[in-house]
Amino acid sequence: MSAIAAPGRTPGSSIVPRIVIYGLLVFFALIYLIPFFVMLVTSLKTMPEIQHGNMLALPKAPTLDPWVRAWGEACVGLTCEGIHGYFWNSIKMVVPAVAISTFLGALNGYVLTKWRFKGHKLVFGLMLFACFIPFQAVLLPMATVLGEFGQFGKFLTNTTGFTFGFGNPTVNLVFVHVVYGLGFTTLFFRNYYEAFPTELVKAAMVDGASFFQIFRRVLLPNSLPIIVVTVIYQFTNIWNDFLFASAYAGSGDVMPMTVALNNVVNTSTGVVEYNVNMAAAMIAAMPTLLVYILAGRYFVRGLMAGAVKG
Amino acid sequence: MAFLEIDRLVKRFGATEVLKGITLEVEEGGFLVLVGPSGCGKSTLLSMIAGLDTISDGEVRINGRRVNELHPSQRDIAMVFQSYALYPNMTVAENIAFGLEMRGVPKTDREAAVAKVAEMLQMGHLLKRKPSQLSGGQRQRVAMGRALVRDPQVFLFDEPLSNLDAKLRVDMRTEIKRLHQRMGTTIVYVTHDQIEAMTLATQIAVLKDGVLQQFGTPAEVYNNPVNMFVADFMGSPSMNLVPAHIRAENGKTVVALSRANEDDLILDPGVASTKLGAVLGQNVLLGIRPEAITDHDGADRNARTLVDVDCHVEVVEPAGSDTFVVTHLGGKHVIARMRSDASVRGGQRAPFTFNMDKAVFFDPQTELRVA
Repeated sequence: MSAIAAPGRTPGSSIVPRIVIYGLLVFFALIYLIPFFVMLVTSLKTMPEIQHGNMLALPKAPTLDPWVRAWGEACVGLTCEGIHGYFWNSIKMVVPAVAISTFLGALNGYVLTKWRFKGHKLVFGLMLFACFIPFQAVLLPMATVLGEFGQFGKFLTNTTGFTFGFGNPTVNLVFVHVVYGLGFTTLFFRNYYEAFPTELVKAAMVDGASFFQIFRRVLLPNSLPIIVVTVIYQFTNIWNDFLFASAYAGSGDVMPMTVALNNVVNTSTGVVEYNVNMAAAMIAAMPTLLVYILAGRYFVRGLMAGAVKG
Repeated sequence: MAFLEIDRLVKRFGATEVLKGITLEVEEGGFLVLVGPSGCGKSTLLSMIAGLDTISDGEVRINGRRVNELHPSQRDIAMVFQSYALYPNMTVAENIAFGLEMRGVPKTDREAAVAKVAEMLQMGHLLKRKPSQLSGGQRQRVAMGRALVRDPQVFLFDEPLSNLDAKLRVDMRTEIKRLHQRMGTTIVYVTHDQIEAMTLATQIAVLKDGVLQQFGTPAEVYNNPVNMFVADFMGSPSMNLVPAHIRAENGKTVVALSRANEDDLILDPGVASTKLGAVLGQNVLLGIRPEAITDHDGADRNARTLVDVDCHVEVVEPAGSDTFVVTHLGGKHVIARMRSDASVRGGQRAPFTFNMDKAVFFDPQTELRVA
């Protein structure tokens, strides 16, 4: 019908809504992109150019020097060794936290859908509750718990000579992020496995596979979309976290990237080096961008997978 | 002692009993079909034999060994699921070998076993494909291969053909029967399709609402149904169940069927007459299968009691191989199965021959067989 009706209409009437729609889209895209653009061009300019030039102007003589300085020389508090150490701090925190929380979420989802026990709904409800806790509310109790870990670490050092990670700020952050990430990862995997055919699990049981063999050989290989979703979600959240990072690892050389970046910007030794600050911020944002670019095409697919059965 | 024994098996979900004391047994090499309408508990029963559902009460024994407490993998069974349940991430060969791998069979032995099964089911060319690249019939074949490769004591089939189209279903039915004859394994097979049940089974168990209605050979269940449910459920088109009155005429017990605008149709019950003496003067339901009402030439010559009567023909439905003729007796439509070249036309009177050897009688209240 519409194909026949279209030539009868005046060309203008179909173009106007399109102009409005695309115009709005471009407008909002620009609003979104301008800060990013400013960051990028500023990070490639020299300080004199920033001080005397236009914020939106392209760099006259692009230089990577601010990036190099941000990575290796920028001052974080009193030490001026760049942000690279803190970047690795963040990596050391994010990778285990994402891996453990994703794995445990998958295991929870598996049990909550395929090995149901009495009260499984209550357990899932309580885990969901974890998604709605404002993290500010748990700062102090968690600090107490981590303090206990530290005490235990000291006790272990005295008795065995090793802390086994207890009291280590990075380990603490991994622990905190795993605990507070579990609600989400469990939710993702439970909804995905809810639609996963139970007959496959039964077939594997008849085939003689054990609880973990079924999980590893049947469930996990068919979970790629939801694993990608969970990893992207967890990676972004944990990498970008500032609250827990500043509360539990807010000083010294154990700071994660986010806290270090804040300190770079707040460190004032004479002139504010906008170009170095911008470069540091870009470096801080890089890993999440990278994860999106590498795994993003699975992201939408995975979000859909839980929603539509089959 | 039978090979597979199901002894007073009960399944409860909370307070509701979904299986109410089922007792069955199958000889080694037997083919037991559990048949019944949806919700009758047949799939639950199969799951309990497999160990995928817990047993509330009673006992399952395989080859004399109580298996109630055993994990499915230790019961020496293999199962073919309705959805086939092929592992989507594995190739056909890996799917078939998975059960062996879980049991720690060495790789070379696994490969030999897979090759053997693939040859038996003629699917050697499919071994490297993933399940998503297979057609419905091929997936079905792989699912059977996965069960066959383990060489278990009992095969369990859970409505394996219900996802196939009509033609393929008939082909696979034949194939299953051929496999059973060749391998001689014990099979328990669940279906809601009574034709599948009739064609495949050596023993049929008809279930309804968690109660075993009848257990016997296909011929027994078909020819001697114990109640109206079994009579109606087995056979297509289903058995005619006609309200009738048993009375004495000239010192003989006869069956009278009322007819619109006509005298009652009087039938000689033949061999059933002695048993019918007990319900003399009462109303019963006459059960007679369409193929026991024919034209005169199509009747079974060896039958002892054939009754020829003229009836008014309502509708004629030629089906190619047969012609179904509908008449009206006892206030109900009655279907007769005549030869395709029988000269009958709708709206006319035509001669019908009742083979009363095949007639059965039910009590309308209890729905149980009286003769």
